[in-house]
Parts: sequence; structure tokens; C-alpha cells
Amino acid sequence: MLAKLQQLKTQVTFASLFIRYEVLAKAIALPCVGIIMFIFLWQITASNIVTSLGQFPGPGDVWSQSKVLVTEHYQERDKAQQFYQRQEVRNTKKRANNPEAVVKIRQYTGQATYFDKIITSLYTVAFGFFIATIVAIPLGIVCGLSDKVYRAVNPIIQVFKPVSPLAWLPLVTIVVSATYTSTDPYFEKAFVTSAVTVALCCLWPTVVNTIVGVASIDRDLIDVSRVLRLSTFVHIKAIVIPSALPLIFTGLRLSLATGWMVLIAAEMLAQNPGLGKFIWDEFQNGSSSSLSRIMVAVITIGIIGFILDHLMLMIQKRFSWDRQAILR
Amino acid sequence: MQNRYLEISQVSIEFPTAGEPYRALQNVNMSIQQGEFISLIGHSGCGKSTVLNIIAGLYQATEGGIILEGREVNEPGPDRAVVFQNHALLPWLTVYQNVELAVKSVFNSTKSKTEIRAWIEHNLQLVDMQHALHKLPGEISGGMKQRVGIARCLAMQPKVLLMDEPFGALDALTRAHLQDSLMEIQTQLGNTVIMITHDVDEAVLLSDRIVMMSNGPAATIGEILHVELDRPRNRLALAEDANFNAYRQQVLRFLYEKQKNPATKTAA
Repeated sequence: MLAKLQQLKTQVTFASLFIRYEVLAKAIALPCVGIIMFIFLWQITASNIVTSLGQFPGPGDVWSQSKVLVTEHYQERDKAQQFYQRQEVRNTKKRANNPEAVVKIRQYTGQATYFDKIITSLYTVAFGFFIATIVAIPLGIVCGLSDKVYRAVNPIIQVFKPVSPLAWLPLVTIVVSATYTSTDPYFEKAFVTSAVTVALCCLWPTVVNTIVGVASIDRDLIDVSRVLRLSTFVHIKAIVIPSALPLIFTGLRLSLATGWMVLIAAEMLAQNPGLGKFIWDEFQNGSSSSLSRIMVAVITIGIIGFILDHLMLMIQKRFSWDRQAILR
Repeated sequence: MQNRYLEISQVSIEFPTAGEPYRALQNVNMSIQQGEFISLIGHSGCGKSTVLNIIAGLYQATEGGIILEGREVNEPGPDRAVVFQNHALLPWLTVYQNVELAVKSVFNSTKSKTEIRAWIEHNLQLVDMQHALHKLPGEISGGMKQRVGIARCLAMQPKVLLMDEPFGALDALTRAHLQDSLMEIQTQLGNTVIMITHDVDEAVLLSDRIVMMSNGPAATIGEILHVELDRPRNRLALAEDANFNAYRQQVLRFLYEKQKNPATKTAA
């Protein structure tokens, strides 16, 4: 009896190990295989393309350039720190000699590092996405609830949906120049221009998906709301929004992805000091390491886009009540 | 007991379609006493749900109207609560919260917080769901969901309880349990109930009167059968009762002889 149990125990352990390895294989090994194959193909293709700026960057070049960018970042931070230290020493000496002396405190005017640029890009896309969301969701709800409003607004949506950010940019730049005269460093003109362009282009997926979500609420739930005589506000809060939430989130995810793509183009032309401007400057610079640095930026943009989407997915899962829905 | 608690007075309804308007109901007349249990039975598509929706106020009759306690009603409201065929529970709210939504919208100004809480729990206890207060609809069975739907309606203290094939989506055993629960609640509370059903046995077992409808278009009331069986009714005992079977026969005769099923009509 005991022997049989022992045998069963080893069998179960083997089976569980096997299953665990299969799961590991699917989750980790297969993606790794894909990535390695891609890097391999990339290396082969890159070594066969020769441009005016040198050979097309392969994975090795991209790796070394990314290390250079990190070093430059730390060097720049060191310089800034030394500047402030020297300034502090100077000012202390001045005050020691003459307590009444007026001391000058200046900002360090060094270059923004690669990581500063990433933060700027993220900040810009967040602002643009926020504007888009607070416009798109109420608009979508109103259009979804009232067929008349939808028919009136729909032609506008359909006409402006396909417009490229590059077409909006000149108009937005001119308007921002004329109307926005703040000197607040966090809200420079280039930043506002980029954010508004992002908002204009990325509000459409949220609008359309919200309309569909609101219009496709279960008829029975609407009847429940009528029998309970819920006020419009309670109806929207308790029934419309939770019911439409899955589709609203789909819209938000699409909007964020679109927004991130639009941002890079907008930054290039509006000269907002983010990743877009980094790529543009490197291209204009035309040094031997430019292409590699641009490639590093491309991969960074891709990875950040993936992380942003994954973040939205986690938020969506947190708010999802439907056990049956599979969220990817 | 008022004789004309709920009156359906010369109700007709026409639906606009692409071609000719479709006259679903023609001159439906009925008076219902307070505390009566009425079953509405008929072939598919004969307009039973339409009658119920008109009483509920979800549809507007093109002619005639509904008079409840002497006043005309043509808008939906918690005084004519509806139990839907597909439970219509909000899937993102728990059992407790679903009933709470109904209670709060009806009693928010008249009952205190503790009274509301006690009232919700009381109604869920009536349908035997007090053990699953904090479960989501996705976590409970079909029968349990329908019980919660019934509890939600009872919690509104409606004047009339309208049930649209409430047990149609359930298996036979669950249906039997819920029918027994419904009879118990009916005895306890004395509700006025109008129930749509396809099940002849269910109709005879539960009702005081069975209203048999003719086929659409222009459907109207065919026959009304008074079921004079003593309450409380036991299904096992009644299975052998001569009166019960006679009533069953009458309903079946109406449905299958006097009013042929539209599908067989076209074949013949």
C-alpha cells in the first residue's frame, strides 16, 4: 500500500514538473527563440546595407550606443552637480566676506540627457491623452445615448478621424503661438503644440468605441432602469458606464497606442525636447554613430509603447467584472 | 379585495413596420382583483409579452389603457415591478447590491439606512438567497439569479408583480422549487401577480385564473378559466386530482384544438 503511494507520488511530481516545463517553454522559451532569430536576421541584413552615413546599425552597434547614451547621462548629471557645488562654494565665500552681498543663483544650462528626453515624451503623451480622454468619453456617452445627437455629430467624426497629425501640426502651431503666451517652463509652446496634436489624433478610437459600448447595452438593463425610474445621472453612473466599460477600455488602449505613435512625429516637427526631437537632431547631425543612436531610440519607443499598453491592460483587468472575457 | 384593482381597458397596439403597421393586440379587456394570481398563456407570438409590457408601461398602447387603483398608468414604475425572463441582474454588482439599487431608488427618502439594510436582507431571505449576499451574478446558478430577480421586485413592494416567463430558462427541478417558493411568498404577502407562461401545469398549479390568448395578429383574450382549487396546493397530491386534470384538459383543448398553433395552421 505504502509502495503504491510512493509510486503515485513520484508520478505526480514528474507530471507536475513536465507541466511546469511546458508552461515555462510557452511563456519564456518560445519568445526567446523568436527574439534571437530576429536579432540574427537583423545582423545579416544590416551588414549588407551600406549608407552614406556608414553601415546600417546591427545589434552590436545598437548595444554599444545605448551604453554610450547611459554614460553620457551620468556624465551630464555629474557636470550639473559640480556646477551647483562650485556655485554654492562661491556664494558661501561671498556671504562670508560680506553678509549683505547679493548672491547669484543660476540654473545649470546643460544639455538634456537621453533619459530626460524620455521623461519629456512620456509627460507630453500623458497630457495629450488626458485631454483626449476627458473630451472623448463624455462625447461618446452623449452620442451613444441619443440617436439624434449621434446622427448630427457622426459626419464630423468620420471626416476628422482619418486626418494625419502632420496635417494638424501647422494649424496647431500657429494657433498656439497666437493664443498661448505663458512663460511657465513646464508648459512651453512646443510642449503644448505636441500635446494638442496628440489629443486631436488620439481621441477618435475612444469616441467611436464609447459610442458603440453605450449603444449596445443590454435592453433588459435599460428596462430595469425604466421600471426603477432612475434619474439620468444615476442611470449613466450605475448602468451605462459599467456596461460600456469594456469597450471604453478598448478605445482607451487604442487611443494610447495611437497617441504614442503620433507623439514622435509631432515632436519631430514641433521640436518638443523628447524622443522625436532626439531622432530628428541625430538625423540632421549626420555623424557616424547617428544611425545607431536612432536605432536605439526606435527600440526605446517600441519598448515604452509596449509597457504603456501593458499598463492599460492591467488597469482594464482591475476594472473588469466579466470572468468570461479573455483580456490580452 | 377591490374588484377592479387593475383594469386592462380596450387595449390595442399597433407597431409601425416597413410596410403595413402590425396590429399585435386588438381590444384586450380584463379586470383583476387585488391579491389574484393570473397566468397568461398562449402560443408563441400571440402577444402575451406585449400585454405585460403595456401593463408595465414599457410600451404605450395605441388605443385603450391600463387603470391601476382607479388611476391611469402609462409609464414604467416600481409599482408594477417586472421579473424578466433573463433575470436582468447587473453583472457587476453583487446580489446584495442589485437589490440595494432597487430599494434605494424607491425607499431612499422614506427608510433609514439600517431599515434599508434589514429590508434587503429580509427579501433575500424570502427567496432563500441570504447565504450568497456578496456573490456576483456570474458566480451563481440560473435558478439563483432568477430568485434574486424576484427578490429585487418584491423589495420594491409593488402593487402588481409582473413576471415574463420567469422560469422558462430553467431546468424542471429548479422550476419546481421556484414555483413552490413563489406560492409560499404569495400566501405570505398576498401580492397581485400576472405571470406569462408556456407551461400548462405551472399555470394550473399556481393561478387563480388562467387567461388564454388567441393567436396574433390582432390577438385578444380567448377564454378565461377560473381555477377553483384549494390553497395551499401540493403538486404531488394534485397530480391525481380529477379537478386539476380537468382544468389542464380545458387549457390544452383551447391551445391545441380551438386555437391551432400557427405553425401547424400553415401546413394544413
